[in-house]
Amino acid sequence: MLVGFVWGLYLIFFENYVDYQQRETVNIMYLHVPSAWMCMSAYALMAVASAVSLIWRHPLADLTAKATAPIGMAFTALALITGSLWGKPMWGTWWEWDGRMTSVLVLFFLYMGYIALWQAIDNFDKAAKAASILALVGVINLPIIKFSVEWWNTLHQPASFMRSGGMAVDWGLMGPMVAMLVAFNAYYVTVLLWRMKAELMERRLQAISMGMAAGR
Amino acid sequence: MSRSFFALLKRDLQLGWRQGNTSVMVVAFFIMAISLFPFGVGPEMTVLGRISAGVLWVALLFSAMLSLDRLFQADFEDGSLEQLTLSPTPLSAIVFAKCVAHWINTALPLIIATPIMSVLLNLPSNALPTMIIAMLIGSPALSFIGAVGAGLTVAIRRGGVLVSLLVLPLYIPSLIFGVSAVDGAINNIASGPSLLILAAISLFSMVIGPLAATAAIRLALE
Repeated sequence: MLVGFVWGLYLIFFENYVDYQQRETVNIMYLHVPSAWMCMSAYALMAVASAVSLIWRHPLADLTAKATAPIGMAFTALALITGSLWGKPMWGTWWEWDGRMTSVLVLFFLYMGYIALWQAIDNFDKAAKAASILALVGVINLPIIKFSVEWWNTLHQPASFMRSGGMAVDWGLMGPMVAMLVAFNAYYVTVLLWRMKAELMERRLQAISMGMAAGR
Repeated sequence: MSRSFFALLKRDLQLGWRQGNTSVMVVAFFIMAISLFPFGVGPEMTVLGRISAGVLWVALLFSAMLSLDRLFQADFEDGSLEQLTLSPTPLSAIVFAKCVAHWINTALPLIIATPIMSVLLNLPSNALPTMIIAMLIGSPALSFIGAVGAGLTVAIRRGGVLVSLLVLPLYIPSLIFGVSAVDGAINNIASGPSLLILAAISLFSMVIGPLAATAAIRLALE
């Protein structure tokens, strides 16, 4: 994770490739694109984990889905904030209600509802199931986000890094982007494992204290 | 199966009328919510006309959402929901009947009230037929998607705020295409594509909604 970040930041700031039109603000892209990417793949992973937990009732799947939600929500917030910061100098506006921004905002709300549902139900197994149902219903939003730019054709540009013809930008832009993507993914996995470990410990602690209370 | 389906539909409709008259309250809420907007944005008719389609749709969304707790809550509390799950009729068919009853009890009166409210909001009169059609096509999705939220929160005390968190994000597509259909009619652009997408959302939610709500109800009754 650290290696990826350091490598990516080094490429961004020292091997600086400066877009002649956008100048330094182009650097925001290296945070914006990976976090936007991650907020969607985190939701996809959450939905897959939810499906696994509903179908095979694997307890780790519940933990994965639960631990993913706050991280994904943070990535969504990061994508929205960096996008807003980048939009001001480039498009002259902090916010525009175009397809992609609106649907990412909806994704943020979905994460919020998912986490709220987890918190509202005390029983872990019941909460896990209810949240899984919600995550699977919400998954409809993912293709909408992905294709919103092509469908509505508003302010936000379509995907410009990989097109059907292969790589579409110079390696000077691509290098740091790959580094940051690797870094973000590594960060995600690390934090996910931390959260799952903490969750497991919390449950064990609960079980122990329940056992002690029952033993008395 | 169809007999119990219609029996349940009839029962829910009668309950809606006799227990505190849900429809009247929902329509009253709809009218009050809409009449807040002229106070908020000022009484200028041109401004109101421009936002009228959105205001009507948002008010419809909120009215449908606020009545969602009636969908399963009362039946859950007096135990009849548990009895219904024991019936040979599939639970998803029962949920479907309840959703239809919810739609007739809440959305339909609102659609009937819409022409009057659209005059108050100065909606261009050539857009009114499209508005009504869009609401007729789009509003079933509100009941069927709402059933998922209502099912998930049925066992939770004070689930009202939670329902809005769960359901409103899923309502947004209906809102977008509902308003864009009306805007199309105002600006003389074809509103057919938007109406088709609205219909797609409604049909899709008619399949997904009862299935997910059934899973949620079984979970709540475990």
